[in-house]
Amino acid sequence: MVFNALTILVLPLLAFVVIVFVTRSNQMLSALLSIGAMAIAAIVAVFLVLPAVLAGGTDHLEFNWLRLLPAGAPQTGTESVLRLGIAIDPLTAIMLLVVTVVSLLVQVYSRSYMIDHGHRDPGYSRFFAYLSLFTFSMLAVVLADNLLFLFIGWELVGLCSYLLIGFWYDRPSIPGVHLLPPWIAAKKAFLTTRVGDVGFLIGLIILWNAGGTLQLSQLFAQADAKSGALFSASLLGQPVLFWACLCLFAGAVGKSGQFPLHVWLPDAMEGPTPVSALIHAATMVAAGVYLVARTFPLFEAAPPALTVVAVIGGFTAIFAATMGLASNDIKRILAYSTVSQLGYMMLALGAGSLSAGMFHLVTHAFFKALLFLAAGSVIHSIGTNDITQMGGLRKIMPRTYWTMAIGGLSLAGFPLFSGFWSKDEVLSSAAIGAGPVLFAFGILTVFLTAFYTFRMFFLTFHGSPRPREGEAQTSHPHESDWWMTGPLLVLAIPAVFIGFWGSPLPPFNNGFQHFLEGGAYREIPPNWILAGAGAVLAIAGIGTAWMMYGTRPFVAEPLARFGSAYTLLARRYYIDEFYMWLIDKLVIGVGYVVTIFDREALDGLVNGIAALCADFGATLRMAQTGRVQNYGLVLFGGMAVIALVLVIVPMVRP
Amino acid sequence: MEFLIPGLRHFLVLGSILFALGMYGVLSRRNAIGILLSIELMLNGVNLLMVAFARYITTQQELAGQLFAIFIITQAAAEAAVGLAIIIAVYRQRRTIQVDQLDLMKG
Repeated sequence: MVFNALTILVLPLLAFVVIVFVTRSNQMLSALLSIGAMAIAAIVAVFLVLPAVLAGGTDHLEFNWLRLLPAGAPQTGTESVLRLGIAIDPLTAIMLLVVTVVSLLVQVYSRSYMIDHGHRDPGYSRFFAYLSLFTFSMLAVVLADNLLFLFIGWELVGLCSYLLIGFWYDRPSIPGVHLLPPWIAAKKAFLTTRVGDVGFLIGLIILWNAGGTLQLSQLFAQADAKSGALFSASLLGQPVLFWACLCLFAGAVGKSGQFPLHVWLPDAMEGPTPVSALIHAATMVAAGVYLVARTFPLFEAAPPALTVVAVIGGFTAIFAATMGLASNDIKRILAYSTVSQLGYMMLALGAGSLSAGMFHLVTHAFFKALLFLAAGSVIHSIGTNDITQMGGLRKIMPRTYWTMAIGGLSLAGFPLFSGFWSKDEVLSSAAIGAGPVLFAFGILTVFLTAFYTFRMFFLTFHGSPRPREGEAQTSHPHESDWWMTGPLLVLAIPAVFIGFWGSPLPPFNNGFQHFLEGGAYREIPPNWILAGAGAVLAIAGIGTAWMMYGTRPFVAEPLARFGSAYTLLARRYYIDEFYMWLIDKLVIGVGYVVTIFDREALDGLVNGIAALCADFGATLRMAQTGRVQNYGLVLFGGMAVIALVLVIVPMVRP
Repeated sequence: MEFLIPGLRHFLVLGSILFALGMYGVLSRRNAIGILLSIELMLNGVNLLMVAFARYITTQQELAGQLFAIFIITQAAAEAAVGLAIIIAVYRQRRTIQVDQLDLMKG
């Protein structure tokens, strides 16, 4: 089974290398190579690895990578070698399924999406190379059996997101539609996640120092033992493990776009839509949730850290949902919904339910990939992101319409769709483990999610077309080809049905949860009142959206009557402005002070020493007159002094 | 008037004065020929000391002091010839023998 897992891991990397070095000039061959490699990986993952793990198998492979201490050096409790390895367990198998399948469909979809009106994008090969590398990085994160290897993949994921968000690096920003040009959005994503990554790295250092290893299995053993250096008290009386978990969580906050590092996610929409789908479903943001899930035993051993996770997650869920209400960019609305749903996952994890968080991650991956690809299909067709300029696409794009409806219903948590089951799991776990306030956040978010999702949906597909002045002639809305709608139809299947895997209904009986957690799974009794409330709220949200946007022609934004509150949401709570202000005042201010110190103190010291030497030299130079007589004077003067001393000293001291 | 009776001390004082005068000249003259003359003076001051020591301290048979003096006189003649030749060469080159203007080695 390890060999199968290695195949899955290596194939995308191989595709990347071959495209970069061999087939780059042949664009279609590059695309097919990338898709083919991904298809094999997906088939291996779904038909070989997943059934084997479902049958109860786990596997592990590792080798020594770097020797830190010479062989035979005294043991200090710290490992003397760094190991690389892959481990396969239920959590890994589930992520392999999600990552490979979604990546494959995204790549198939990209084959046509990156062809605009018959013109292939000049970076067509590059795009597929990056997609392959992105998938490889995420697979490395998923398969890693130790935190160091995971961190390497993690950073690669960050790099690939940078490359792909900034894929159209030469495009300018379009006022009103794109707020940032892609190359700035890419930098923003990279730097913002880097803030969290520093936390991750510090967490690794803490774990290495206190635990002496980065092997997950060994760390878990130490966490289970509830003793040792990891549990010695440190800052504020908390055990070392708490701070380590908090640092790891900082990394997850950055990658998964949780408050306060969520700012990069909406701007990441400047990348091509398949990239958004990949980032929001299978890779990047899933990596953050996966990290918490992977290190969940550590978090469980430090309950205060779990509380932090729950609070951040619950707050992010409602916070991002409110921002989604006031956006007019079809992709940004989906981006806010991703942030919000990731908040749900964190909330569930923080409430102590690993399976609920992961269950939502899986269902979300499928329906969010579906939604993004459908949105991309719309954008590709009519050439704008602005939902106020869409409308009436239902008849023109039937396949996109129906698949997006499925995705939207799933995201909104409409009964019996995938999102309904997983959201119910999240809310059930939050009701038990997260306290009333966070639970209220969660339940309120259900309504908001349903509302903004279907606001976008109705504005896009219903009513009559609302092209911008003068654009009616130039844009020709059309249904996308089968390369693009095919993946939509395939994704629609799990978007509807995969939720049953984890549903408490009789034939399924929480199969997902039992599979993931095994014997450790504590069944959450099905709470039919809560499920009913969730369903009612979801339907109410959809209904409200239908009342406001579906039944009458869209003229002006109905939400705008809320005035300043609407503006606050539309401007994203001014958090970007606040960060800019903070950077402007704080960073530039500190930089100014440092500059002065550098210029005056450090440069002054160096220049002072130089000037001193120069002055000393200039003074000494005057002694060298070039006249032999002067030298002679010194010579004889010296002799005279010596002679005098030789005469006087014996006279004074007989 | 004991001290007027010539003895070793008188010769030593005279030789030292000659040597010191010569040295002063060497160090202070600006004219190269003046320096050359001063060097002669120093050499002769030393010659006088040599002969005086030879007369008063060593025996009559030992001629080392006188011999040295004769050597120095001979050497001084050669030195004067070479020195004057150099001075003439310098004069032809630089149109001056003022040593304070001959400072090519100045740093």
